[in-house]
Amino acid sequence: MAEIHAAEPTRRDFLYVATGAFAAVGAAAAVWPLIDQMNPDASVLALASIEVDISKIPVGQEITIKWRGKPVFIRHRSEEEIKAAESVDIAELRDPQTDDVRLVKGANGQLEKQWLVLIGICTHLGCVPLAYKGEFNGYFCPCHGSVYDTSGRIRKGPAPLNLEVPPYKFVSDSKIQIG
Amino acid sequence: MSGHSTYNPSNGFTRWLDARLPILRLSHDTAVSYPVPKNLNYWWTFGGVLTFCLGVQIITGIVLAMHYIPQTELAFRSVESIMRDVNYGWLLRYVHANGASMFFIAVYVHMFRGLYYGSYKAPREVLWILGCLIYLLMMATAFFGYVLPWGQMSFWGATVITNLFGAIPLVGESLRTWLWGGFAVGDPTLNRFFSLHYLFPFLIAGVVILHIWALHVTGQNNPAGVEVKNKDQDTVPFTPYATVKDAFGLSLFAILFAYFVFFNPNGLGDVENYVVANALKTPPHIVPEWYLLPFYAILRAVPDKLAGVVLMFGAIAVLFVLPWLDTSKVRSARFRPLYKQFFWIHVVVCLALGWCGAQSPDTVIAQVGEIGFTVTHLARILASYYFLHFIVLFPLLGLIEKTKPLPESISASVLGAKS
Repeated sequence: MAEIHAAEPTRRDFLYVATGAFAAVGAAAAVWPLIDQMNPDASVLALASIEVDISKIPVGQEITIKWRGKPVFIRHRSEEEIKAAESVDIAELRDPQTDDVRLVKGANGQLEKQWLVLIGICTHLGCVPLAYKGEFNGYFCPCHGSVYDTSGRIRKGPAPLNLEVPPYKFVSDSKIQIG
Repeated sequence: MSGHSTYNPSNGFTRWLDARLPILRLSHDTAVSYPVPKNLNYWWTFGGVLTFCLGVQIITGIVLAMHYIPQTELAFRSVESIMRDVNYGWLLRYVHANGASMFFIAVYVHMFRGLYYGSYKAPREVLWILGCLIYLLMMATAFFGYVLPWGQMSFWGATVITNLFGAIPLVGESLRTWLWGGFAVGDPTLNRFFSLHYLFPFLIAGVVILHIWALHVTGQNNPAGVEVKNKDQDTVPFTPYATVKDAFGLSLFAILFAYFVFFNPNGLGDVENYVVANALKTPPHIVPEWYLLPFYAILRAVPDKLAGVVLMFGAIAVLFVLPWLDTSKVRSARFRPLYKQFFWIHVVVCLALGWCGAQSPDTVIAQVGEIGFTVTHLARILASYYFLHFIVLFPLLGLIEKTKPLPESISASVLGAKS
């Protein structure tokens, strides 16, 4: 049959193809809700931003809070840690970023160098790194041995990227808002 | 090979039914009159063992689902209440949890038997591929199931495995969020994993039916690796011969099963999974269940994230194409002196990879001068051999190996062994 009609398509061939194409689009449209229902729902997306009081964190320590189900590290860096983070040759980094671009400006418009805020999830396979561990005294991931520095940048091990910086801002000198 | 049916309805009712739904004829042809090679050894009883395992998992699983709550706040507690409060809950859960391990022990024996006797070769390629598919579904099911108790290993295992998909370029990130239903493993993830954990065993059962169907079209391979030439001389009917042999093999297997359930129920598990999941604290040493360790070792052996994931899945994918990688026409390793040796090396390599997967990657095995030879180094060598075995040795051995003469027939091989 197909060979006979191949030379010159008829009106009926057109109707067959058009009907088939229409049915395919319809089937795809019906499948989409079944797939999309697995994406984050409204309540997950609506998880409000949170405010954290950082005034009680002493220099050289950090706290972990939960935001959108993920751990977030808030680290009060010491002078040495800041210096160590700034003195790195950017060209040597796997995911080159200066320390400055990983920080935000405070309420007074100055870069808040002593505050480092990171999503505490290793960029390799999602474990939570341990603070003040590893060669650079930044973070060390116990799962597969990735090492991060005092700016949360990847320095050694299998992870491809620096620890992610969440969206946040200073609402006052002692409070930050994450999200 | 099954030939025409020998079913003979014996009374009015079965004759009436046979003309309408020949289900008794199908059962008779499948499980009674089906001819099996008469030289099958005990390695061939694991098909029956596996069917038993699937049945046990489905029955205990359905019962456990009546008591389990797939909600992050309650999941761990509901499992503990199954252990303490539900009548015989401890037994059902221990049978189900150890049943997964038993299922994998049996499937690994079954697979290595296929590799040793060349059961994947023509005309049994589709049979083999369906088996690989079942294995893949089993791993997915076991993974979903392991997440449900919501212990530390459940949570972090789920985190690591779902993050593997994040390594896929371009779509990885959105795929991962889609799998989670959020921005981390959480309630939506647990709920859907429970749903899928309930679904997958029935998918497995479906593929098992295809697997058995394909088996009954080509007939079984056998230790001699030669085809049935004369049905009367080379085969015996499935019932009673194979049925009884399978039942005896299954009885021995059940003893092993019972040992774990009653005397060492947590021996194959990880204590860390009796600690409730905590999203803020990763356990110091994450390991998957024993049956996934070799693949985990391959994943960790590769320094690049994407390449590690690709090789890990590649280690399973390569099994699907074995029928075309093997160039040898001789099936059974009995008549392949070279392949026989490499087969056993491969078995040792797989076990050693499993050992590597359970260790901390930085553990130093041997110190040579200043250089420490770590588990990661060993895993790299072993993983390379794993692929070398299938991709290089399989095609090569068939070309260079001088095989021993094959027996004339199954019957001749049996009689030859006797005299």
